[in-house]
Amino acid sequence: MSAESVAAAAGPDGDFHKAALRRDQWRERLGLAGLAAPALLLVIVAMLIPMAWLFGLSFRDDAGALSLEHYRRMLAEPSYGRTFRTTFEISLATTIICILIGYPLAYFLSQLPRRAANLCMIAVLLPFWTSLLVRTYAWLVLLQRSGLVNTWGIKLGLWNEPLQLVHNAGGTLIGMVHIMLPFLVLPLYGTMRAIDGNLLRAASSLGSTPVHGFWTVFFPLSLPGLAAGASLVFVLCLGFYVTPAMLGGGKVTMVSNRIANDIELFFNWGAASALGVVLLAITLVVLVLAAKLSRGAGLFGSGH
Amino acid sequence: MPRQPIVKSTTALALVMGLLSAAPALAQELTVVSFGGSYQEGQSKALFQPAAKALGIKIKEETYSSIADLRLKVKAGAVTWDVVASGSGSAARAGSEGILEKLDYKVIDTSSFLPGTAQDYCVGGDVFSTVLAWNTKTYGDKGPQSWADFWDVKKFPGKRSYRKGVAGALEPALMADGVPADKVYKVLSQPGGIERAIKKIRELKPHIAVWWSSGAQHAQLMKDGEVDMITGWNGRFDVAAKDGAKVAYTFNQGLADYDCFAIPKGAPNKDLAMKFLAEISKPQYQAEFTKYITYGPTNKKAYEGGAIDAAYAKTLPSHPDNAAKQLPIDLDWYIKFEAQASAAYQNMLTE
Repeated sequence: MSAESVAAAAGPDGDFHKAALRRDQWRERLGLAGLAAPALLLVIVAMLIPMAWLFGLSFRDDAGALSLEHYRRMLAEPSYGRTFRTTFEISLATTIICILIGYPLAYFLSQLPRRAANLCMIAVLLPFWTSLLVRTYAWLVLLQRSGLVNTWGIKLGLWNEPLQLVHNAGGTLIGMVHIMLPFLVLPLYGTMRAIDGNLLRAASSLGSTPVHGFWTVFFPLSLPGLAAGASLVFVLCLGFYVTPAMLGGGKVTMVSNRIANDIELFFNWGAASALGVVLLAITLVVLVLAAKLSRGAGLFGSGH
Repeated sequence: MPRQPIVKSTTALALVMGLLSAAPALAQELTVVSFGGSYQEGQSKALFQPAAKALGIKIKEETYSSIADLRLKVKAGAVTWDVVASGSGSAARAGSEGILEKLDYKVIDTSSFLPGTAQDYCVGGDVFSTVLAWNTKTYGDKGPQSWADFWDVKKFPGKRSYRKGVAGALEPALMADGVPADKVYKVLSQPGGIERAIKKIRELKPHIAVWWSSGAQHAQLMKDGEVDMITGWNGRFDVAAKDGAKVAYTFNQGLADYDCFAIPKGAPNKDLAMKFLAEISKPQYQAEFTKYITYGPTNKKAYEGGAIDAAYAKTLPSHPDNAAKQLPIDLDWYIKFEAQASAAYQNMLTE
């Protein structure tokens, strides 16, 4: 009895204020939603609907009846499993090499005075202004049998026979690392710039060596940027088409190449969609596992 | 003074508008689709435009990338194309799938066509050949002359390049394995035939530096001297050689194939499209087309009457001297076995 009567006692006046507040809140939310609407609409129309459509197609056979035919084929033919393995191996290798090259580079840039760092950043960003196709062709010109690297290497007496530098996994990795590096360096550099230098100074004032300070203070703080960059690179690699097609010499078959092949061969969007769905599913699993792992590692490593 | 021209131009405008609105009733329009590039440019100049003129119709040209595009259009019931250019194999499969109209050979005269180049759903336009080509800098005049030579890495050391897709990849392997040309498809149709060919390719795999996937790519590989021996389409090598590539090829044991024209199921102007195909299948059109690319006519009569220069005719894949050296692609085999063969081929590639 008591609670109800109290609410009633607050009377119409209290309700009025509450309702007005709620109205205001709604208006604000609607306004914000309105701002997001164009982007949301674009994502729904250009991304979610086609993806749902492809998803549906992958479960239908040629006649349009429900069927697991496309998934069964993937299990029956060993080449599909190998294609997925290659895709993840190449993507992982590219990500690791990018980290090994990109982390020291980003660290170096973050320690430079801003002006100098900005100039160097232009050098990092410069490749973005050139088309991906052109950059991939450039590697072909450099690395092929009669390419610059081989002719100079032989002229300088470093090796006698032309080396097989391209049309294999190695050439593909070179091209992919080159294209992916900025995607790792940019978020990493941003994170490193934001790390307060006083923290490192505090560390050394408490008796830490520079190396120890780096590993216990700087490195853990840079991890979010590294994780963002690395996952960006990894995911972009999974869908790569042009570079492996051109530099892999047909020996590096990534899922996207296989999708193109299946569309040409079977005239069949279902077979291709099934590949896309499986790639998406595996990618999600890998990313969730990676996020779990890194969270665990973060708790373990940072200790604060 | 300034008034008069305005009046004149408005009357002129009205006149033009009247003509424009009357035009569709006067001239019918056909939409023709091909693969673009220098190939379609040649088709346009040699076939489409002259035929349109002769029939008093208008031609609208579009480009597409593969039959998969057409399949979508037909399935969606939104066919806007009247005539499509296609590879013979794709057309045969598309025909068996029911997305092409049956051609009326009472309208299209193919009595002087090369045998096999007029299918139910697709009429041949030009003949090309998958040939064995080599780097003349590596082998000089003593290049390989047969698929057995292509496989002989002792006699002809050097890097090879082979096709990444299965089309035209198994036949050379069997010929290298000692199967006579006329028995190739018989062996391939028997159980174990595909495996035999793939085993032979597996043998050569360590020497295959590049698995090519497009005509542009195999031409570029020879231009760059990236490999010493390669399979590929003859016309591309001729263009590459013209650009200075050190490349020569032989029609010996080549695989003769052809491009063709088809009418999509539910084409808006089916009857007119049929007449159009009849027109461009005439020998004078086909003879004209050879001036743009070294692909040969499917209509044997194109070789008669001197429309094609005699010396030049000898370089075309469908010239009788060359045709005799080649094995024609068996489309029925591809319809039946391509999916199965491709799966096995991909397994071998990814091993």
